[in-house]
Amino acid sequence: MKTIGRDGSAIEVLLVEDSPGDVRLTQEAFREANVAIHLHVAVDGVEAMAFLSRKGIHVRAPRPDLILLDLNLPRMDGREVLAHIKEDAGLKTIPTVILTTSDAEVDIVKSYQLQANCYLTKPVQLDAFESLVKSINDFWLEKLRLAQSG
Amino acid sequence: MPVEILLVEDSPGDVRLTKEAFRDANSAIRLHVVADGVEALAFLRHEGVHARAPRPDLILLDLNLPKMDGREVLARIKTDASLKLIPTVILTTSDAEADIVKSYELQANCYLSKPVQLDAFEALVKSINDFWLTKVRLPRQG
Repeated sequence: MKTIGRDGSAIEVLLVEDSPGDVRLTQEAFREANVAIHLHVAVDGVEAMAFLSRKGIHVRAPRPDLILLDLNLPRMDGREVLAHIKEDAGLKTIPTVILTTSDAEVDIVKSYQLQANCYLTKPVQLDAFESLVKSINDFWLEKLRLAQSG
Repeated sequence: MPVEILLVEDSPGDVRLTKEAFRDANSAIRLHVVADGVEALAFLRHEGVHARAPRPDLILLDLNLPKMDGREVLARIKTDASLKLIPTVILTTSDAEADIVKSYELQANCYLSKPVQLDAFEALVKSINDFWLTKVRLPRQG
């Protein structure tokens, strides 16, 4: 049993995001919210799958405790990454949070159909974005029980 | 617009505490309570006395339930093309790793352990409200 964030062990978060600005804002907001997080970044869907399957330069990648996944990504789309994660017996137990600028109903429904754990819309305003990252930290990393292994 | 929550919980004490905590957190919530797994599925399928039941926006599901276990309720929700869209939060006293892993395998949206302390329980209900009902985008329909 892993008691996330309370025993001093680092929490591994994989952020799949192609916008350098959003990556930087997310890193800064998590740094303020929780010092025990290791935030790993993959900039497209192919790299995300390589990280999760420990291929190539990611051979020593940790298993993430949480995945934050953008939908619109180069090379392999976030919907396809999500489908791969949730069809894989080992990976499907990792909570996968959609974090995207899209608030189209079709994207929301499709993501829940593919068994996203939840769907969050990125706010445009900086303080609202920081508040959202803080609430991801409060809820997913402090309140929740995450599975230790898949 | 009211937010419809289905609480599947057989302990009258926990039902009462959950009701009170949600009432304090968000007055727009309509909390529907069913006490076992069979009734939960009847509610979700609009059967019998639940013919006019609303589609819940969120389900809070205990694992250890009479008649039909919460794991089986979860499996049936997540293999139903329409019901699988409803976020289903496991809310249970169990913190056994086997229950946590099994719930995520069955595609629970998240897993929460009920704290024994009353103030911690109230804080947890408040955080469910803050996260799932104000931050998360829920699907409008199935």
